[in-house]
Amino acid sequence: MKRAGFTTVSLPVFLLLPQLVIIAVFFYWPTVVALQSSFYLQDPFGFGSTFVGLQNYADLFTSREYHRIASFTVVFSVLVTFFSLAIALLLAVKADKILRGAKTYRTLLMWVYAVAPPVAGFIAVIMFNQSWGPLTQFFGMFNYTYLVGVNFNDTAFAMVLASVWKQVPVNFIFFLSGLQSIPRSVREAALIDNASAMGRFWDVTFPLLAPTGFFLLIINITYSLFDTFGIVDTVVKGEPGNNPMTLVYKVYVDGFRGNDLGGSSAQSVILMVLVLALTIFQFRLIDRRIHYT
Amino acid sequence: MAQVQFNSITKTYPNGFEALKPTNFTIKEGEFAVLVGPSGCGKSTLLRMVAGLEDITAGDLSIGTRVVNHVDPADRDIAMVFQNYALYPHMTVRKNIGYGLKNRGTAKSEIARKVDEAAAMLNLTPYLESKPSQLSGGQRQRVAMGRAIVRDPALFLFDEPLSNLDAKLRNQMRIEIKALQRRLGVTSIYVTHDQVEAMTMADRIIVMNEGRVEQIGTPAQVYHNPATTFVASFMGAPPMNLLPAVVDGGQVMLEGVSFGPAPHRGKVIAGIRPEDFSPDPEGDLTIHVDLVEELGAHRLLHGKLGEEAVTVHVANESVAQTGPLRVGVKPDALCLFDAVEGNRI
Ligand SMILES: Nc1ncnc2c1ncn2[C@@H]1O[C@H](COP(=O)(O)OP(=O)(O)OP(=O)(O)O)[C@@H](O)[C@H]1O
Ligand SMILES: [Mg+2]
Repeated sequence: MKRAGFTTVSLPVFLLLPQLVIIAVFFYWPTVVALQSSFYLQDPFGFGSTFVGLQNYADLFTSREYHRIASFTVVFSVLVTFFSLAIALLLAVKADKILRGAKTYRTLLMWVYAVAPPVAGFIAVIMFNQSWGPLTQFFGMFNYTYLVGVNFNDTAFAMVLASVWKQVPVNFIFFLSGLQSIPRSVREAALIDNASAMGRFWDVTFPLLAPTGFFLLIINITYSLFDTFGIVDTVVKGEPGNNPMTLVYKVYVDGFRGNDLGGSSAQSVILMVLVLALTIFQFRLIDRRIHYT
Repeated sequence: MAQVQFNSITKTYPNGFEALKPTNFTIKEGEFAVLVGPSGCGKSTLLRMVAGLEDITAGDLSIGTRVVNHVDPADRDIAMVFQNYALYPHMTVRKNIGYGLKNRGTAKSEIARKVDEAAAMLNLTPYLESKPSQLSGGQRQRVAMGRAIVRDPALFLFDEPLSNLDAKLRNQMRIEIKALQRRLGVTSIYVTHDQVEAMTMADRIIVMNEGRVEQIGTPAQVYHNPATTFVASFMGAPPMNLLPAVVDGGQVMLEGVSFGPAPHRGKVIAGIRPEDFSPDPEGDLTIHVDLVEELGAHRLLHGKLGEEAVTVHVANESVAQTGPLRVGVKPDALCLFDAVEGNRI
């Protein structure tokens, strides 16, 4: 067999150079810097730094606050991921039934996707405005005083709501196209084999959506961990105080507000390891388990 | 086992297209009925209405003694084999075959026994734990068959189940399906656009065209006594020769030769099967042969009778040169059709 290839090494390297430079400057270099500075204790005013070894990590692992935020992040991610996927799947299944309308429906729902995270957060803030926010008023009808930015649970709920709302359209699009790629005759065969719509969904539709679902699961975990930064930032209005926040937001608060670059870098490194683990998990599992053809 | 009754069934799709004109017929218990017709004539539509996958616009459909218009597909006691097999890609062959039984509350041991039995019948035993993607086209086809037969339904529905197979496998599966149906005695409706499949498999053929049933009859009836010019030209390869003729003085006149009495008057169409011509030096008609097609066991002579193109089927030991050829027509071989409507006279 004849394979097209390069005879020298220099040409491909030359062609790849722009990409390699971008990766190096924007990914590897910051990574190395973060890794390096996580071993130092920086002077808050920029007058030099002291090597402290693993002290920054040790501090984090013994910090009650860090544990609290990590636990919140886990709960937050699970809630956001679960509800984003579940609501999107429900909507997609419904939309799929009326295939004709699906196109308009799809576009309408897609709009939310174009909303930037801080704007989504801002919309949540408006919805929960203390004096005239519609959702605050809604809770008021049940004699519940909703206090975003003051009450921990209220703030957390607003954050989850905004994050889910923002992510549902993306999931919806993927689920809908996943559903529409299931051959019609397979569904019809199921229609003849199984009288129960619920049974057909769990036995046939859901397993056939598994590759899409698994891909979205990873995307959503990553989203809830990292991309919700803008939403968290807007909702807590830069006033961490007693408010809930995610690990990514804490990196920012410690690094840029607290000027603790060393501790903040150590936190970044931990998050990087997390992403790495997720990525490996994704590649391993997606390739091995959930492909049929 | 059950009979299937079509009572003024019509189908109009939501976009207003009338895919099936009012249709009446009955498929008898245990019969193997083949629906045949050109692409787009409404065969699948009809079959899918029987399966419950398509709404019935008007009329009553009964399977057995029950009107099933509003019965769910799963409750109609039918099994269907799809053109692309429609196997569940994430289930093993065993699960694929057993899925319908499982949902009908059959005991686990009973399912296993029935699946094993069906697999043995279809030579699928070594593949029971494979996924459909690991099977060949013919094997997938058998799994689809297995899925239908384990259920032991009242009615089998087949929608062009062999059209994705190569010619050799198609012949083999054709025989297997027919034999299986004979053995199980289950009423079957089989859709195909291949008239050879229709002729060889059917107890009765239902010929459709543009949403209408043109003729229902045994393969021999449909072949030798086509009800319309459409049936005459659709069934048989090569098709029946359709030649313009006139009825004059109570006699059918074709190329100035009389072919016996006819009650009609004026223009008609005379249909003669290619094999109903026989080369005969004393024959009444002269055909100018342009082309000889060699088919091994026999030959096809393509030529002209007057102005009209005709095809003649001859045994391989007989003449095979181009030029004029005198032929006779076998007695009673002539079918007369109305020149305008195309109906049999
Ligand atoms: N969902 C639909 N909406 C509108 N028209 C349809 C629909 N499905 C089928 N038709 C039309 O109905 C007619 C009959 O279709 P059908 O699928 O029954 O044909 P068929 O005889 O099975 O053809 P083939 O041999 O190609 O499978 C076709 O003209 C087709 O365009
Ligand atoms: Mg069809």
